Amino acid sequence: MSAPASTRSKLIKGMTGDWEVVIGLEVHAQVSSRAKLFSGAATEFGGAPNSHVSLVDAAMPGMLPVINKECVAQAIRTGLGLNAKINLKSVFDRKNYFYPDLPQGYQISQYKEPIVGEGIVDVDLPDGESVAIGVERLHLEQDAGKSLHDQHPSMSYVDLNRSGVALMEIVSKPDLRSSAEAMAYLAKLRAILRYLGTCDGDMEKGSLRADVNVSVRKPGAPLGTRCEIKNVNSIRFVGQAVEVEARRQIEIIEDGGKIDQETRLYDPNKNETRSMRSKEEAHDYRYFPDPDLLPLEFTQGYVDELKSKLPELPDDKQARFITAFGLSPYDASVLVAERESAEFFETVTLGLTTSPKTKSGGQAELVAKVGMAVDSKVTRADGREDTKRDPKLAANWVINELFGRLNKEGRDIAASPVSAAQLGAILDLMADGTISGKIAKDLFEIVWTEGGDPRDIVEARGMKQVTDLGAIEKVVDEIIAQNPDKVEQARAKPQLIGWFVGQAMKSSGGKANPQAVNDLIKRKLGV
Amino acid sequence: MSDPTALTLAEARDLLRAKKISAAELTDAHIAAVAQARVLNAYVLETPDKARAMAKASDAKLAKGEGGALEGIPLGIKDLFCTDGVRTTACSKILENFIPPYESTVTANLWRDGAVMLGKLNCDEFAMGSSNETSAFGPVVSPWRRKGSDAKLVPGGSSGGSASAVAAGLCLGATATDTGGSIRQPAAFTGTVGMKPTYGRCSRWGTVAFASSLDQAGPIARTVRDTAILMRAMAGHDPKDTTSVDMPVPDYEAALGKSIKGMKIGIPKEYRIDGMPAEIEKLWAQGAEWLKAAGAEMVDVSLPHTKYALPAYYIVAPAEASSNLARYDGVRYGLRVPGHDISEMYENTRAAGFGKEVRRRIMIGTYVLSAGYYDAYYLRAQKVRTLIKRDFEEVFATGISAILTPATPSAAFGIGEKGGADPVEMYLNDVFTVTVNMAGLPGIAVPAGSDGQGLPLGLQLIGKAFDEASLFTLGGVIEDAAGKFTPARWW
Repeated sequence: MSAPASTRSKLIKGMTGDWEVVIGLEVHAQVSSRAKLFSGAATEFGGAPNSHVSLVDAAMPGMLPVINKECVAQAIRTGLGLNAKINLKSVFDRKNYFYPDLPQGYQISQYKEPIVGEGIVDVDLPDGESVAIGVERLHLEQDAGKSLHDQHPSMSYVDLNRSGVALMEIVSKPDLRSSAEAMAYLAKLRAILRYLGTCDGDMEKGSLRADVNVSVRKPGAPLGTRCEIKNVNSIRFVGQAVEVEARRQIEIIEDGGKIDQETRLYDPNKNETRSMRSKEEAHDYRYFPDPDLLPLEFTQGYVDELKSKLPELPDDKQARFITAFGLSPYDASVLVAERESAEFFETVTLGLTTSPKTKSGGQAELVAKVGMAVDSKVTRADGREDTKRDPKLAANWVINELFGRLNKEGRDIAASPVSAAQLGAILDLMADGTISGKIAKDLFEIVWTEGGDPRDIVEARGMKQVTDLGAIEKVVDEIIAQNPDKVEQARAKPQLIGWFVGQAMKSSGGKANPQAVNDLIKRKLGV
Repeated sequence: MSDPTALTLAEARDLLRAKKISAAELTDAHIAAVAQARVLNAYVLETPDKARAMAKASDAKLAKGEGGALEGIPLGIKDLFCTDGVRTTACSKILENFIPPYESTVTANLWRDGAVMLGKLNCDEFAMGSSNETSAFGPVVSPWRRKGSDAKLVPGGSSGGSASAVAAGLCLGATATDTGGSIRQPAAFTGTVGMKPTYGRCSRWGTVAFASSLDQAGPIARTVRDTAILMRAMAGHDPKDTTSVDMPVPDYEAALGKSIKGMKIGIPKEYRIDGMPAEIEKLWAQGAEWLKAAGAEMVDVSLPHTKYALPAYYIVAPAEASSNLARYDGVRYGLRVPGHDISEMYENTRAAGFGKEVRRRIMIGTYVLSAGYYDAYYLRAQKVRTLIKRDFEEVFATGISAILTPATPSAAFGIGEKGGADPVEMYLNDVFTVTVNMAGLPGIAVPAGSDGQGLPLGLQLIGKAFDEASLFTLGGVIEDAAGKFTPARWW
């Protein structure tokens, strides 16, 4: 399924020939849980500074960490979602360094023995290619607090609300070969996390951020010296950072220089990376097993139990959309990219009553309902599922009309003014011939801006398609009588009846049934 | 009542229950004794008002025939235990004004059982020391003196304040902590009884950490029975400390007086070290004789990795300490000495806040964990630790119930006498005790005799994991044979 790296690489042209960029991502994902990794303090975002801080988070003398079982479960779920090896025994280590927002003077992390080992993420690229990206490991660790440098002329303030919040660090293998692959991998990883409900994936709030390791080499050469670009906080910036960093490295090497292993920062305003610290200045973290915590151990039975309750993940959902609904792989991949989009589409197609705009917690309910709907479906001989509405039509409308409109306004699907039920009603009106496709688009626009039940709007505003042949015939007769020259031309070249159809539709205010008009004109003109 | 401070804890408890003495009387007598003994520098904070209020509450309970196992018993608390609203310093300048808003689990257990807090006891800074000379509050003076000398002696350390206060009658018992011998060595130096329980028996929550994998709280008291009573109250599972063990805590007092007939006691040949004074050798043999006389069987055993224990300990303990003490950075609480930037503030604060020995151990610990040295030092020390643990397991697997050793290589020494030029001279004090911490086992120090200058000497009994009870039984036999050791009052 995955093409070998050498053939997939989008090589970069330099003065001395082609270059290959090699990328690995370390993604920090905040674990969705009510409490922190080792303390009972809340994890809510946006509380007043230092309002979610326990004695443990503030590293008061004599305080001890106690592992939060839910965070462990979330890490296991994520590992399962990444098709990874779950380690039944793992160890927490201390990573020692001084920083004001690190109260203990060390971060509790996992170094030599992480909770999750090697895994695989299948990534679909925009050009239709699919690549398997290796995951090296996933480990649990504490987040640090936040230093505030703009509160006092000579002092910095510290907000410890984030201090101790659980993070999963997901480390990829250096398997990525282009900015597009890096972006696609991160997008896929984010989708998996969001499907699993183990991380909300909100990059603006910092719930998901990536350290990007970039090196360049001539194709077939050994790996080059890498630079690590820290804390990139959007998928787009990951792509930009890779591009600009690869270019920088190629220029240096081609000018006869060499790359220094260092930590860099991406500045999206200037679109450049800047050095943060070199290898010589790098911390010696003095990792050692945290003596306050016993090794983390659980049984395979526990893992199996979590596995049995996992929701359907993007790859499985995509496969199901293709087989059960007959969607194209591309349409299916677009729909499953976000769990909410997939749910919206499925709600429209299956005619479910639950709105996809459910709050957190409601999502699980929806999944359960979707699951039930799927269970109770009648499977047809061709393996397709009996649906309330045409899945391809529903997919087209969701992807083209709804996503197009949402993107234009920069909204996400949770904030869509048109609900799945409303879109479903529009599709029904179109399917039963009440409105034409063109009117449907107008109706969609009205529902988007004004809201309301599409059936009532069609009724109240006289948008129904005219199928009464008598009324149409009168219109058609008038047009034929007034345009003898066009009639001549159309008889000679039958494609030109389109002009008559257009005129008839126009004078009916678009409400005439286009197929009926077409048939009528053909009959009248004898073509 | 002649002198309530001369009572044992068990005697005082029985008199309180019989209403022959009130908690208030008992507490007042101790408050007065503490005030008169300030020359010993055992207490770094006296809390007489709190003590009287607690005693009053105890008397109310006792009057109704209620009250816990320690109702009305005045205790001293090592200043390593955080006490809610009461200054807790670990005897370091870096925490000189620290008042915790929480109570350690061990002290909370004691108050739950009705004990009364007289104040906070001096100790080596962050429990790092074997003589109580590293305290930011100055050294503790032992109530013991050599025959015909008024030279000030150390009470041992790090729980020197606890040992000195118990020996001098400044409390009926005290809390202490033991990372490498900090309960047992001062107990041996002062003629008191000290129990270091199995790792995991007492919660570490709320106790200022020195070396997390070695630290254990335990009691120091004047008799084995008193120590057993305190031990039972202090111990117990605590969900806030994941290294604490969820096992029932036995009635240790009930272990006293049980027959030791047929018990096999190991005598490890590796504890017969070069240059050991003849009187220690004699004491050890005497201890074995007493146990034999009571029906136990002495068995020569071998703990072959003993000689590596001290160097390994002085890698593992500083390594953990260097990390545990990183939180004292001047940012959130405790001392802060300003600087031009954050690094300078850290440097200024930690240089001014930590004493010499603490700084030395932080530097050793940082070194042994550093890239390139980790494998050679820390990792190797951990391997040694595993071997030491296995030595004990193999001995106990042969049916040995406990191991008898000297508690210390010598009697108490003078203040300023040791470790001035070479810290290792001081570290050697722990040679018989560190193995027990490395293996996580229980150990008890019981006074067993005196040296030629009239100073007390102690024997150590090492038990199987979670078998503190046998140590109390055996300790009781030695105590009965050896008699009590009380310093002549000079202060």
